[in-house]
Amino acid sequence: MDFLFNDYNARIIINIGIYIIMALGLNLITGVTGQLSLGHAAFMSIGAYTSSLLSMKLGLPFGVALLGGSLTAAFFGVLLGFPTLRLTGDYLAMATLGFAEIVRVILTNLEVTGGALGLSPIPYKTTMPLVLISVILIVFAMARIERSRFGRALLAIREDEIAAETMGINTFRYKIVAFALGSFCAGLGGSLYAHFITYINPVDFGFNKSIEILNMVVLGGMGSIPGTILGSVVLTIAPEFLRFVEQYRMLFYGALLVIMMIFRPNGLLGGVNFTDLVLKTFGLKKKKKVNGSSEKEGVK
Amino acid sequence: MFFEQLLNGITVGSTYALIALGYTMVYGIITLINFAHGEIFMVGAFVGLALTRFLNVNVFLAILGAMATCMLLGIVVERIAYRPLRRSSRLSALISAIGVSIFISTLVQLIRGPQTTNYPASVINNTVYTIGSIHISKLQLIMILVSAGLMIALQLIVKYTKMGKAMRATSQDYDAASLMGININQVISFTFALGSALAAAGGVLVGIYFNAVGPFMGTSAGLKAFAAAVLGGIGSIPGAMLGGLFLGVAEITAIALGKSSYTDAIAFGILFLVLLIKPTGILGRPLQKKV
Repeated sequence: MDFLFNDYNARIIINIGIYIIMALGLNLITGVTGQLSLGHAAFMSIGAYTSSLLSMKLGLPFGVALLGGSLTAAFFGVLLGFPTLRLTGDYLAMATLGFAEIVRVILTNLEVTGGALGLSPIPYKTTMPLVLISVILIVFAMARIERSRFGRALLAIREDEIAAETMGINTFRYKIVAFALGSFCAGLGGSLYAHFITYINPVDFGFNKSIEILNMVVLGGMGSIPGTILGSVVLTIAPEFLRFVEQYRMLFYGALLVIMMIFRPNGLLGGVNFTDLVLKTFGLKKKKKVNGSSEKEGVK
Repeated sequence: MFFEQLLNGITVGSTYALIALGYTMVYGIITLINFAHGEIFMVGAFVGLALTRFLNVNVFLAILGAMATCMLLGIVVERIAYRPLRRSSRLSALISAIGVSIFISTLVQLIRGPQTTNYPASVINNTVYTIGSIHISKLQLIMILVSAGLMIALQLIVKYTKMGKAMRATSQDYDAASLMGININQVISFTFALGSALAAAGGVLVGIYFNAVGPFMGTSAGLKAFAAAVLGGIGSIPGAMLGGLFLGVAEITAIALGKSSYTDAIAFGILFLVLLIKPTGILGRPLQKKV
């Protein structure tokens, strides 16, 4: 247990947990439902700022601030989703990107958010048990969603929206709900982040942050929960070991996106069914007899 | 005063239009938002800077040099990052494009450093002409004339050359065009070359006009130009020109009204409104969903 109580390791683990929460949110939007969002950091910033203001200015207890931040982010997710989710893929990407930029400009210009200086000091409230419990809850919720009627509907939307609609799925409503849940996770992550770092500033939530979270989802495998967790862990730990190449980090991220898309569009763990894998290793399940048609490469 | 601000708006707008054309042409042909386009614009500005600083060439040669370099860069980017993904989903291609954009801007930052640099002052002797009550600098005149010239040249290429005809055919129906014996790969490379050349010209002009060239100038200019392309109707060449001019005038108006800290939000506000009200833009063709 010494390892866990080491201050440095504890910080890294909390960081990983926060990123897992946010990346799982984006995974639901982009990986499962197939709607590319380039503004995830905006929802993170909305959560971070709301919760910080609630606990700093109003002195509300941490739990209320946390919930307030997450729900506000979800609310903005719905607000953004209503007009934009009718748009097709790349238009949506640009709309979310535009939204993120507008949020950042507003946060930089408002007085209550401290402008370009940001907010500090935010009370230090985020503890490791709290983060771990949140991660477990979110992972559990995501796994439940994936296996539910709702999750299957989202997958259908990703695979073929028109076909899904023909099958009687109310695609618009499902997309909104997915967007709201994903934004909720981003807001929760942002709130935890703010009460962990104790200082926030609009520059922290720029386009690069959105790309960083997207990379976690893409690296591990879009639509795969274990994949997203793996991606978050790898991309949060890697900079710690690669401090001497810090300046090359974004270069690596850029190249990573291109290479992953060309050679492994489903990510490292995309298309791998974990329950099946575990069952197979212990010989509890026979191999599928029919090959070919069930395996499809590429994200649709 | 009003006409002068309008003129400033048109000057800035014409460079947005130059960049927007690249987005709109590529989108028209392979329905991909070429995210790396803003970065090509930035590289163009840097090539122009290097030419004027080290070889002391004049502004027109700098523009030509930047255009030639970026043509090559555009073709290479398409070859490496987009061609292998031609048959995969649009989401994959878009993510790959974002990757290229980050890669190029970081690479330039590593080579040149994050600070912005200026063009040598000797590039243009900034004479100011006065017509009636309107003042126009030589630089503004050159910007407007060069942009207009390039746009007319582009229209001629698209309307009257064989390659232009092939481009139009490909944008109407990709598969049918290839069945008619059009070499699709060649057409796409040509489109990327044309768009990148226009962006490079815009890069040199913007670099001289704002007197600041930096590795991150491409991202915001690229996004604004994209907003202009969507405003005009993505896929439509006259639309991109119109959208660029409109955006330039809108931004200058905001600055004139004293809201300069919000200028960056204007482009996105416009983008947002257009997407909400009429996603096909002013001159765009209505989208058809095919099963």
